[in-house]
Parts: sequence; C-alpha cells; structure tokens
Amino acid sequence: MFPPIANPSVTDVAPRFSEKDLVRRSASTVPAPAERLTEVAKLIDVSKCIGCKACQTACIEWNDTHPEVGVNAGVYENPPDLTPDMFTLMRFSEWENPETNNLEWLIRKDGCMHCEDPGCLKACPAPGAIVQYSNGIVDFVHENCIGCGYCIKGCPFNIPRISRVDHTAYKCTLCSDRVAVGQGPACAKACPTQAIVFGTKEEMKQHAEGRITDLKARGYANAGLYDPPGVGGTHVMYVLHHADQPELYSGLPKEPRISPLVEAWKGITKYAGLTVLGVAAGVGLLHHLVMGPNRVSDTDEENAERLVRSDRHDSA
Amino acid sequence: MTNSWTDIRNTDLVVIMGGNAAEAHPCGFKWVTEAKANRGAKLIVVDPRYTRSASVSDLYAPIRQGTDIAFLLGLINYCIENDKVQRDYVKAFTNAGYVVKQGFTYQDGLFSGYDEAKRDYDKSSWDYEIGADGFAVVDDTLANPRCVWNLLKNHVAVYTPEMVERICGTPKDKFLKVAEMVAECSSPTKAMTSMYALGWTQHSKGSQNIRAMAMLQLILGNIGVRGGGMNALRGHSNIQGLTDVGLMSNLLPGYLTLPNEKEPDLNAYMSTRGFKPLRPNQMSYWQNYRKFFVSFQKAMYGSAATPENDFAYDYLPKLDVPGYDVLRAFDMMHQGKINLYLCQGFNALQAFPNKQKITASLSKLKLLVVMDPLATETARFWENHGAHNDVDPSAIQTEVIELPSTCFAEDDGSLTNSGRWLQWHWAGGTPPGEAKRDTWIMAQIHLRLKELYRGEGGAFPDPILNLHWPYADPGDPTAEEIAQEINGRALAKVTDTADPTKVLAEAGKLLPGFAALRDDGSTSCGCWIYSGCFNEKGNNMARRDTDDPDETGAYLKWAFSWPANRRILYNRASADLNGKAWDPDRKVIEWDGAKWSGYDVPDIAPTAKPGEVGPFIMNPEGVSRLFTRGMMRDGPFPAHYEPFESPIVNPVAPNVRGNPAARVFEGDFRQFAEPASAEFPYAATSYRLTEHFHFWTKHVVVNAVMQPEFFVEISEQLAAEKGIAKDGWVRVWSKRGSVTAKAMVTKRIKPLTCDGKTVHIVGIPLHWGFTGAAKKGFGPNMLTPYVGDANIETPEYKAFLVNIEPVSGPVA
Repeated sequence: MFPPIANPSVTDVAPRFSEKDLVRRSASTVPAPAERLTEVAKLIDVSKCIGCKACQTACIEWNDTHPEVGVNAGVYENPPDLTPDMFTLMRFSEWENPETNNLEWLIRKDGCMHCEDPGCLKACPAPGAIVQYSNGIVDFVHENCIGCGYCIKGCPFNIPRISRVDHTAYKCTLCSDRVAVGQGPACAKACPTQAIVFGTKEEMKQHAEGRITDLKARGYANAGLYDPPGVGGTHVMYVLHHADQPELYSGLPKEPRISPLVEAWKGITKYAGLTVLGVAAGVGLLHHLVMGPNRVSDTDEENAERLVRSDRHDSA
Repeated sequence: MTNSWTDIRNTDLVVIMGGNAAEAHPCGFKWVTEAKANRGAKLIVVDPRYTRSASVSDLYAPIRQGTDIAFLLGLINYCIENDKVQRDYVKAFTNAGYVVKQGFTYQDGLFSGYDEAKRDYDKSSWDYEIGADGFAVVDDTLANPRCVWNLLKNHVAVYTPEMVERICGTPKDKFLKVAEMVAECSSPTKAMTSMYALGWTQHSKGSQNIRAMAMLQLILGNIGVRGGGMNALRGHSNIQGLTDVGLMSNLLPGYLTLPNEKEPDLNAYMSTRGFKPLRPNQMSYWQNYRKFFVSFQKAMYGSAATPENDFAYDYLPKLDVPGYDVLRAFDMMHQGKINLYLCQGFNALQAFPNKQKITASLSKLKLLVVMDPLATETARFWENHGAHNDVDPSAIQTEVIELPSTCFAEDDGSLTNSGRWLQWHWAGGTPPGEAKRDTWIMAQIHLRLKELYRGEGGAFPDPILNLHWPYADPGDPTAEEIAQEINGRALAKVTDTADPTKVLAEAGKLLPGFAALRDDGSTSCGCWIYSGCFNEKGNNMARRDTDDPDETGAYLKWAFSWPANRRILYNRASADLNGKAWDPDRKVIEWDGAKWSGYDVPDIAPTAKPGEVGPFIMNPEGVSRLFTRGMMRDGPFPAHYEPFESPIVNPVAPNVRGNPAARVFEGDFRQFAEPASAEFPYAATSYRLTEHFHFWTKHVVVNAVMQPEFFVEISEQLAAEKGIAKDGWVRVWSKRGSVTAKAMVTKRIKPLTCDGKTVHIVGIPLHWGFTGAAKKGFGPNMLTPYVGDANIETPEYKAFLVNIEPVSGPVA
C-alpha cells in the first residue's frame, strides 16, 4: 500500500506555500522565488482504477460545487463532460484489443494535468488570473479572471470551463488549499483502490515504476508513465497499460503541446494587438465625445434579467 | 465470509463470480488491488457482462446468467479428471470417504425421493451408511463405489468443457483457461479466494450455487487457509448482523431455529437438535445447542424463564410452515390474510419481485407502518406517479403511517461487516426533525402494547407481559445496554466445568464468551455467537488497534470478530494432519505438541490432538461435506437447473423445469414465460451500479448527478437487430410488467451461443424509483418473477426473460 497521508491536525497550521512561491503569473511577471518548493504530483494508475467515481463525488463535495442532475446519454460518463461544477470526470472507453481479441474497458479520470509549461497561463490575458506555484500547481484566481476563455484555447487537454453564472474559468486546483496544509487532493483521499496517489513528483515516478513492472509481468508490454515532455512534463501523471497509444483512453493526446497560436500571442501578436486596442480605445473616446454615453433601455434590462435567470436555472 | 476483507490481500487468485466486487464493494475491493499489486495475484471474472471488476481482471470469461452450477461442476470435473486435487486435504478434511446409503440416486435431473405433486423430496436416502458402532461408515481408500468421492465423480462427469460451453455459452477455450488457473490452486502453497454476492444468491438455486464453489474450494484445499475461503460480500452494511441475530422468520439469534408446531415442548425441540458426533472424538459443537438456547430464553424472559416451565419455551411461536419469508408474507397479504404490515428499514415496493403484485398486496392492508430515514416508495405506494407508479389513489384504502427514523450516522451501535467483524460506531450527527432511533420507536411500541395487554388481557399475553426489559430508561434502551444483553451475563456464579474452583464469571458480571454459557438457567445471552463482544474487558467492538504481527492480515485487536474473535473460520484446516501449516508462508495456527497456537484464535479446542479431532467442529462428522445429506431441500449435490424463465431447455435434464424443489405459489406459475419462449426471447438480469447504494442514494444529489437516470444495457448486435440507437429509448417487458428506459448500447455485453441458439442479454440496473433526487425511473422488479431459492427463498432477480423494442420517448 502506498502510505496514505495522515489526517490533518485540528489546530491551525500556516499554509506551506503562498504568493511568494509563484513562478508564473498570467500577463505579468513575478520575481523568482527565493527557493523552489519540492515538486508535487498526483499519479493516476489507470490499471488500478475501477471507475467508481468516488473521485468525482469527493471533488464536488470538497469544492462545494453544485452540478445539476442530468440525464443518461447512453454512456457511463456523468455529467457527459467537464463543467464549471465538475472539475474531474471518469471517461470510459471500450476497446477491442486486436492483438488479444479481448475487450478492454479503459477508464480514465480526466482533469487538469498541471503542466510544467501551462498553456492556459500563457494564453491568459488577465493579469494574475492564472498562477503557477513552484511546487507545480497551476491555479486559477477567480477575482482576476475576465472570462475570455483563452485558457481553453491554450490548454492542450481541453480542460477549463467557463461558468455561465460568474463568467470565470474553472478547473481542478489540485486541491491547492488542501496541499497547502499538508493534505493530498480530495480525489486521492476518496479513491478506494489507491489508483490515485499523491506525493512528490519523484516519489510518484518511483511508485509508477513498480506499477509498470507489474503490468509488464501481466503481458502489457507497452505499459508506461504518461508525463508528456511537450508541455514540460505534468504534475498529474498516468500509469497506462498502453502508453504507446494514449489516445485509446478517451483521446488522451499522444504528444500534447501548446498551440502555436498561443506562443505567437505571447510574441509579436501581443504588441500588434495592443496597438489595435489603443486605436480602438481612441475611436471609442471620440465616439463618446461626439455621440454621448450609451443609455440602458427597459428592454435591455429585461433581457439581462432573463439571461441571469436562465443561467441560474441551468446551473441549479 | 469464512475469512475477512483484510485477508484477501493474502491470496494468489481471486475468482469473482456471482458478484461484481469492484462495482458493488469498491472499498473492500482494495484488498484485491493489494493482492494484485503486492503478491502478483491474478483476478478472474466470470459474468454475463464485462463489468467494472472485469476491467481490472487478468481473465474475463462470459457466462449466461443462471448457469453457474454447470460452470462450477465443470471446474470440479476438470480438477478430478486432471488430478488437480489436494488429495491429503480431501481425504482427511472432507466426507469424500463416507459411504452413502443404498437407494440414493440421481437420474434425469432428479435425486431419489422426488414427489412432483409436493415439489419436494423424501430425503431419507440422502444419508450415510451407519455402522454397528453407531458411527458413519468411512472408506479411507476411496475405493467403495458408493463413497461420496466416487458418487461425486459420477455426478460431475457430464459437465465436460463442451457441455459447459453448451449450457453456459462460455467459449471452451476461455473455460479451459479459467480451469487451468483455478486448478493451480490445488497446490498446498497456492490459495484461491471466492468473492461472491447476490449474483449467486438471487437465483431459484442460489444456495446450491454457493455450495458448488465451496465444494471446489474444499477439493483445492482452500478452506481455512489464509488467502482462501468462501467470501460472501454482504450487500447492506450490517446485513451480516441481520442474519447473525436471526432476523428471519424461521430463526432465532445465532443460527438457532424457531420451533415448529410438531415440537410442542423443549424435549421434542431438542430431540432433533442434539447433534451427536457421527465419528469418534469429534467436537460436534452444536452439542451445546441447549446452552445457547436456554441462555437466549433467559435473555428474553428473565426470571419468567424457569427450568419448571421449560425456560418459557411456550412463549415462542411455533411455525406451521418452513418460514414466513417475504415472498410468503406478500402472497398472504395478496390473499387478504395480513391486515397490518410494519415495514422497518427496507423498501418493499422496490425490493420485492413483481411490483404489480406488491402494490396489489399493500392495497389490501388496513394499516401500513413504515419506519425509515428516507421518503421511500413503499410509504407512497398509493400515490400516482404516472407510468412510474400507475395507481388510482381513490381505490386504495390502506392507512399509511410514516415513522421517521435515524440513519446509521446518527446513532451509536455496532455494524457487522462481511468478514464477521462487529465494529462499533459513534453518532456523527444529530437526527433531523422528529426522527427517532429505531430502538426508541420499538421500545415505545412495546411499552404501549404491554400496557394494553395488562389492561385488556388477551388470548396469551404472557410473552409480551413477561418480556425482560431491564433498561435504565425503559422507553429508550441504549446501544451499550443492548450490546451487553447480547454478550450475556452470569445470573449466578459460573465456574469451569473441569475445575470448579476456577470462577469464569461472578453473578451479575458480563460473560467472557460463549464457552461460559450454561443450560441450567444460570446464564443469559442474547446471541451466543456474539458473546465476548462486550465483556468485563469492555466494549471489544470499539477496539481500534492495528497491530498485526508478521502482517498476516488478522488484526486481532481491531474490533471483535465472531465467533470468539476468530478471523478465519476452520483455521485448523490450514495445517496438515500433524498440525504443521500446509504452507509455511501461510501459517495461521500450528500444533506445538501440546496445544494449538498462532496468529489467529484456533478454531478447535486448544488441546484437541491433530489426527483425532477434525477441523470442522460444527459438523457432527468433524469434516466438511461434499455431500450434504438431507440438509438442503434440493439435493445433496448441486445440479444444473435452468432458471424458471430460461431461453433454452435444460440440456442435461430436458424434462425438468426450473429448480424442481423450489416453491412456486399458485398463480405465479402462470406468470412465467415458457422455456425458450418466442414471445420473450431475451435473457435479462438485474444488478447494482457503483454510483448508487440500492434505493437510498438516489435521494442524495451528488450520487444522483453521478448516475441520474434509469437505463438498460444491450449488445451492439441486439441493438442492430432491433434498430435501437445508443441514447435512444426502449421499452422492455416481461410477462409481468413493462418499463421504459434509455438504451446503453455496449461492447461489454455480447450475445452468447447456448445449446446452438443465440442468446441476447439485457442488463437492467436497479437504483431508480419515483422518490428522491434522481430522475424518476423503474425498478427491475417491474419485470422479475415471483419465485425464490429452494432453501432460503431469495427471489430470482438475476435470470428472467423479456422482450425489447425501440420507442420514441418516455411515456410518463
């Protein structure tokens, strides 16, 4: 058994990391931290996972989200996709292995991978809306988020979702609040088979080695660790029976990398864009001076009210 | 379980058949994961569906539901044919050499003594030959053609791999692969564990499914050893406790049985419960039956139970039928013979077969009282919920009273888990609203009844008026008080029978364990097998010490395991004839020349010499039984019978329909589809999903989000044949009812070929109803037949026939 993390102390403890440990901050620069924290990681062993969704329920309860009761869509995925209220999702994939003619039911817990080189953060135009701590956790700071959705475009794994209620982006935080006080993520705590374990990245790699050896002994010649170098490695890693074909696991990308458009956005496009913004602002000001301010009509108010109501309903 | 959850980590091979541990017992399944990760254990899953358990298995073999006995007898046949038998174990520890009476036969699917009109057997020929010395005749050479071993060999010979394929639809190569892996465990240094649940019990021959595997485990030498055993995964938390304390219509606590009407006094009652040894020197522990029984009567009736009045034997009801199980109770209700039904802690409308019959039965009651923490369907059976509960409330006159009760997290008490561990728990929350503990409700009812009887008299008020009620607050007994009453007390000084100077318990003190029970009225004990759970050392169920010397998985200081804190039943069988462990790496207890000791509490008298006293101390033989004599209604060996609704005719016994000894009520037979019915061509089965617990968690929003809506699972082939789209709607109907559901079209269910015929399987999960947070849906009991297991009447939910068609959308 991987040694479980001890229960938390009942006395207050100071957070183990904070603003001073930031290594990246969206659309801004941060001073290099005095020392880098030990890198943490969550290891998801797909071969031990029974798809029970305890991780999903723990995630809902710890983060106090309120997903709606949906419908059955002829599949085991519920809800059918990640949502602003569902940061992690078991994805189920039925695959007939052509080499053995055996059916395999490949179940993968989807969610933020906490990339070492985070595409979301790089794509984010809002200062401080996405941050990365030196332990590897990539977190969203909601009061800074402008809900533009660029993080979704920047993410090679298609993870963040924009809330229609508060118009900000949501995803797995790796339970940064729990990790900060020496606990592991809620999903790992709830996992009955230790398919999800949490520790330092080094420990997780070592633990994965043992698992891969076991899988190879059981005939999975291509068992391996998923820690994709295209995004600098990740702080959520998978043990896969078929590491040579990650796409079998509900489309886990084989070689994920940040979209070239995002890289470009950080380069020349950014400055060209700023120029355009400046011009637009100038034109706007001119328009205001000539035409006067916009007026909100009663119809506008009603429309807005209806929109808010429907949002609430959708997310009830 | 013979073993415990934690012991599963010691196994080499896990066979999940008749259950789906990963899905239905995800927390316990961690021990399978541990065995696989740390010991390189293998996992085999045999199931009609490729389940969540199968998703982490090393080998999956499909099987048609209701054919497990053919598969298991096929494995026994394979082991015998290929000499994969732990010979020394079988010879010494089973009744393989016992000679069976002349006259016992098995032919055309029937054992000797069958009475077709009664659907029952005269079992007198199902017994051993008894020698002049009064003991059973045994041939240690196994040469006698009438010894159990040779009868068994003949009995299983028909179940060849080809026959298994023909009956079960399991491809021969898959069956042989399973057989090879299982047969390896006949080595004394390999152990296999059997994990099963309702997939075996919910059949008209459920008890025999389990027996068949138990016999295989005995032949492999896997009973009593670490990492082996027959491990029943109990469905509800504390359902093990329910059976242990005898919450069945024919039982008393601790597996004592209620008298029947042919037993008018204690002597007559005891005359069939003497359990004299069938072989020399055997412990035959049930010889102590009278001590357990008298102590129980003292716990029930206190000073009103005296030697003069047969310890209030007359106060006990006497059965006029084998039992008033739920099927019989509801059949009687259906006939208008029951007026009042007190429904405590279960949801009859969703849980019992043939919902239409259940609704009609409840509608005939005058009063229905429902004690439950949740708003159950049963309490609202009279409400119209469209297609989901299509009743006319104005036509139902039953008065319904709901008594809101607490849930497990709101009170103190103990829960007995599958591994027989009594684990104490403490209230974690305050009950909402007017919810009261079940004990408070029962006490209040009892005290009011007592008052009524005292005031108004009655035909026979004595059992109520004299019920011993020793609680500090009679209206609110505490969990500790009840636990102590169950553990038992000395009513006078109890001394050691061998050494009267040694005091086991002073008068008034709690008993150390059941060895101190007496049959003279000097002890009281509510449930003998639980004795020791709360003694003068304290509440042993509340112990939480994880000490485990040499990491055997025994955890003797964690909670209390019945009996006598023993973790592995029959653990004497883990050692050979001389008392040395069969496998030194798997030692449980060993004989040191003077006594037994080791990691567990020995399941034998500590000084009982090996070679003299057999390990199966509860049996008068001292050995385990491959042949059960007359103890089961449907045969001393298991035999393959088709389900009552079957897609094919029984290939080994074409003239036998269903289990010939299973009870079927008048009227219910007409509601069964014919074998190989053209009208209902598909083989359906019901099951649980990991996202839900029965009908409880649909009341919880988070669980409802995880699995919101009722669906049925079918193969891609059947979907194509019927024009059913993934995510489309279907109607599924049986001879008894109809449901509408979302279709889940999957590769995990594949058509099977049985007896030359393609058999499509329809999977119907169980968790929906018309109350709670999830979408309204149907239960499989809209469809299932009203028939139970021949021995214990567990309804046949796992195998029945349906038809299916695509529909445009929900009717409701």
